[in-house]
Amino acid sequence: MQFLNGITLLLVYQLVGEVTVRLLGVPIPGPVLGMVMLFITLWIRGSTPESVETASTGLLSHLSLLFVPAGVGMMAHFSRIADEWLPITLALLLSTIITMVATALVMQLTTRWLVVSSAKEGQDHE
Amino acid sequence: MNDPGLKDIWVYLSASPLLGLTITLVAYGLAYRLYLRTNSNPLANPVVTSVAMLIGLLLLTDTSYNDYFEGGQFVHFLLGPATVALAVPLYQQFSRLRQLWMPVTISLLCGVVIAAGSSIWLARIFGGSFEIQMSLAPKSATAPVAMGISEKIGGLPSLTAVLVVITGITGAVLGTKLFEWIRVKDDTAKGIAMGVAAHGIGTARAFQVSNQMGAFSGLAMALSAFATAVLVPWLVDWMQALF
Repeated sequence: MQFLNGITLLLVYQLVGEVTVRLLGVPIPGPVLGMVMLFITLWIRGSTPESVETASTGLLSHLSLLFVPAGVGMMAHFSRIADEWLPITLALLLSTIITMVATALVMQLTTRWLVVSSAKEGQDHE
Repeated sequence: MNDPGLKDIWVYLSASPLLGLTITLVAYGLAYRLYLRTNSNPLANPVVTSVAMLIGLLLLTDTSYNDYFEGGQFVHFLLGPATVALAVPLYQQFSRLRQLWMPVTISLLCGVVIAAGSSIWLARIFGGSFEIQMSLAPKSATAPVAMGISEKIGGLPSLTAVLVVITGITGAVLGTKLFEWIRVKDDTAKGIAMGVAAHGIGTARAFQVSNQMGAFSGLAMALSAFATAVLVPWLVDWMQALF
């Protein structure tokens, strides 16, 4: 029952997110808005209900599975990918590496510059 | 009369979503077992092996992707509620997040612009067509977001979905090694980079490293979905005007 209640709540937030996005015409996907709304709800409530936690853990523990059908879609694009395999492969690979390296370094540097002094006390208590 | 024959059974199965759904779960189950066998070696990422198995099977049986997706869509659909579910780990990391909001904001904005800008630019210098450039631009955002953006800027949404998955796999496979090389040790920095560059597939990998890395990756994936949706159409216009 916990799982069912949790999943229902997640779907309700997604539904409200999708409807709001369409009503307001904002360029954000419905599930992302639903996530923000659920986050705000948890924040106001001050804790996570067990049902939501059960459902969320269940879904997120096999997140990769959910990308499999989209990945199989590759077969519908074989000819396109074969025609332009060089730009696709290089752009995708290099861009992913550059993005990951740059983001990790920026995050590490800015954390040291901006947070270390104020966070030190906080971390001592952890 | 009471011998239905293999062909009739096949006709029934190929018209029903049951087969597509079942083979997706079976393939993933096998791929996941293989992944555990290899001590969670990122090269044996379960998405890669299960996608390869399924494509092989569909080609062998001459089944079209559309027929397969009749069943596959039930799994695909769960991406929506799973995105909403990310609010939970995010909330659990709230105190850490509040401490780090400045670095997180700065690195997210840098990451989103670099991800889209570099893929458009690289695709262009290596001779990719406009459609390919635009299909690649939102590749680091999570699938449903990326498909929407791709459509808006002149790419092919269904091709973008594929590129999104390949990007995610690339990030998940290379991520931990790359972070080792550039000597980034904080789980927060690794998580943000993984989520920005490799969305949900990277996040799945990040959760295997640590809960904190997973939560920050999930956060980065959610916020960069926002940022990509807002910034990328503008970035594309700007790059078109400039080059």
